[in-house]
Amino acid sequence: MAQTLPKEEAKARFSKIVSDLTKPLSQFGQSFQVWGFVLFTIITLFGYAYFLQLRDGLGVTGMHDYAAWGMYIANFVFFVAAALVGMLITAVLGLIGIKWITPVSRIAEMVAVAFAMMAGLVIVFDMGRPDRLLNVFLYGRLQSPIVWDLTVVMTYTVISLLLLILPMIPDIAIIKKNLPNAPKWQRITWNLLSFGWTGTPEQYKSIHRLVRVLAVLIVPVALAIHTVTSWLFASTLRHGWDSTIFGPYFVTGAFVSGVAAVIIAMYIFRVNYKLENYITDFHFDKIAKLLVLTSLVYFYFNINEFLVPAYKMKQGDDHHILSLFVGEWAGWFWFAQVFGNILPIILLLFKKMRKPTPMFYLAILTVLGAWAKRYIIVVPTQLHPHLPVQNVPEAFHVYYPTGPEIAITIGTIGMAITIITILAKLFPVVSIWETAKEDGVDMDTINE
Amino acid sequence: MGEQNSSNETSRRNFLKSGIVAGAAAVTGVNLLSSFAPVEDKGQKVKVLTPEGNIVEVDDAKMVPVKEIQQELGLTELQKRGREGIAGKHWVMVIDLAKCRNARKCMESCQNAHHLKPAQHHINVLQMQDGEHTAPYYMPKPCMHCDNTPCTKVCPVDATFKRQDGIILIDNERCIGCRFCVAACPYSARVFNWTETLDEKNAYEVPYNIELNVPQKKGTISKCLFSADRLREGLLPYCVSACPNGTYWFGDLNEDAVTNGTTGETVRFSQLIEENDAYTLLPELGTKPNVYYLPAKDRQFPFSEEDKKKLEESRHQH
Repeated sequence: MAQTLPKEEAKARFSKIVSDLTKPLSQFGQSFQVWGFVLFTIITLFGYAYFLQLRDGLGVTGMHDYAAWGMYIANFVFFVAAALVGMLITAVLGLIGIKWITPVSRIAEMVAVAFAMMAGLVIVFDMGRPDRLLNVFLYGRLQSPIVWDLTVVMTYTVISLLLLILPMIPDIAIIKKNLPNAPKWQRITWNLLSFGWTGTPEQYKSIHRLVRVLAVLIVPVALAIHTVTSWLFASTLRHGWDSTIFGPYFVTGAFVSGVAAVIIAMYIFRVNYKLENYITDFHFDKIAKLLVLTSLVYFYFNINEFLVPAYKMKQGDDHHILSLFVGEWAGWFWFAQVFGNILPIILLLFKKMRKPTPMFYLAILTVLGAWAKRYIIVVPTQLHPHLPVQNVPEAFHVYYPTGPEIAITIGTIGMAITIITILAKLFPVVSIWETAKEDGVDMDTINE
Repeated sequence: MGEQNSSNETSRRNFLKSGIVAGAAAVTGVNLLSSFAPVEDKGQKVKVLTPEGNIVEVDDAKMVPVKEIQQELGLTELQKRGREGIAGKHWVMVIDLAKCRNARKCMESCQNAHHLKPAQHHINVLQMQDGEHTAPYYMPKPCMHCDNTPCTKVCPVDATFKRQDGIILIDNERCIGCRFCVAACPYSARVFNWTETLDEKNAYEVPYNIELNVPQKKGTISKCLFSADRLREGLLPYCVSACPNGTYWFGDLNEDAVTNGTTGETVRFSQLIEENDAYTLLPELGTKPNVYYLPAKDRQFPFSEEDKKKLEESRHQH
């Protein structure tokens, strides 16, 4: 932390920070309108596709009895994975006292909240009878991993929301004061969520305590949500899913996709919100190293997950492994492995690559690779069951997602991005009071 | 549905007229007879085995179509007795692979009974070849009604469950369509109603019979039920009765007796299993199936040349 600035300097510094970080909240320019229109179109298309699915059944998708889970479930796993980054940055790094996360942690929490919320919804879009959703609560059976999954996803969403909102309360009080002419929907939200904040030391103390408790709590919950998600597969007897390391394999993979997703968000906010002085090259350099670390760990799990069965070539596993390595899924498999795992490790070792722009493009590739990875975890296994696939149409030997299915999947991604967009228009994406504090502004000035 | 239903009816009547109804028994004799409405005698008698082990003659005309029974009992009662199962029973099936010649009468009668579409199989006759130089054979594959069930464990709402007589059923009044059971079943025994079902298309409206899984519903699962509705009436399952080649034996493990669906012969289950070196499918998975296979030894019917070629091709594809 910098030394405390003299009063006058502190005031000037603080008002600069406030104006820099709140300016984007009141800008609804042309590019934002175009962006909003794009999201609106995506969600409208989703609405139509989902209407078709409700009317005609899940048969509008490419799924069939030998690929009963398809793109929706792959997308669900990806969403849960991306949501895990909130826990990694806020809780793990925060609790061990890493300082550089200050301008990153709120973005990470926003990503986490958006994807965790959507993960819960995506499951509903995959249901054959969404009208019977309540049955899960009325007749829920503790033996079923789905019940565990729903429970932990909801818990994680709530804790993530709290971890987003609680440290934001002082900021909300600040922006409420500083943007009196904001549109009504913003002012109402701020009034509600500032909870009568006055900035007394007791209030800071209780926020600090609550955040610490939640940060500790969220670690096991986050591990649980992705471990349980992996058990949706690992609890079956199918080749490629019947694995004992699926829990840690999924969790470590989640950190890779989550960190990459946060890098994308950091870059977009840095450029669009003109936050070059807040989300700096230093922060990108740090998070790049975090991506290398998580990718290395994930690489280790990949070696275990694929090379050990490939060495043995047990009957049944052999079809699966060969189809991934050199068969019909090889394109997907190597795309996922190279872009989703290997490339970040190699490229980010170079200092030149640890800069915002190259990292932005690399992170996009990593996220695409991560998504493809979930797809090849979910789909190929089902197409190679224990017993031969016979006396069914030729189409049951393959799985191709249909138009409505793709529209629904893109729609859910669009909704997650919409949630992030709305959050970033309601609240400063970088913490005002924490940034000011670290810059040496005294608490009195912050609370004035 | 008229067509579906009537062909179902005819096949059942034809079976009854062939004069063999034995083996499986319903809960009580009273129950058995009470499910037949009083109709005038038409003289055609069929033999039915009561739970006490007595063979009684029942008039054919007194056999009431399934639909009427369903209407009479109503959903609540059907659900209740369906979930409870038949006390004291432990149903088993034995499939003699040496006798199967891929006639597919089992598949046909099953699809008719459960109002399934052509691509939906509760029982599926597969063409198998275990190794490159081993002999190919035909293998009917119903649900294994496992004792260590991968499917019912994962169901989040108890829509698929194992009842006291060992049968694994579906409750399509409760199923949420998550398809976790499809993913979990290593025998690919489950089918899903991805689109409008035949029953919905034909507006076949009767109270849902959980033991028949009819009417089928869009967005829910269907699977082999060991013809629980037939067992309640003291009849053998649809597939077992339909087989022209004596492939199927069906019966009660507790009684240690199984009956052949074609010949009507009843033998000791344990003896049949021991003498023929029976096995279960994918035993290494530990699912403990209740369907046993007798090896395809001394086959009565050769594996067709055409099917051999197809198998060869599919191997090269993989």
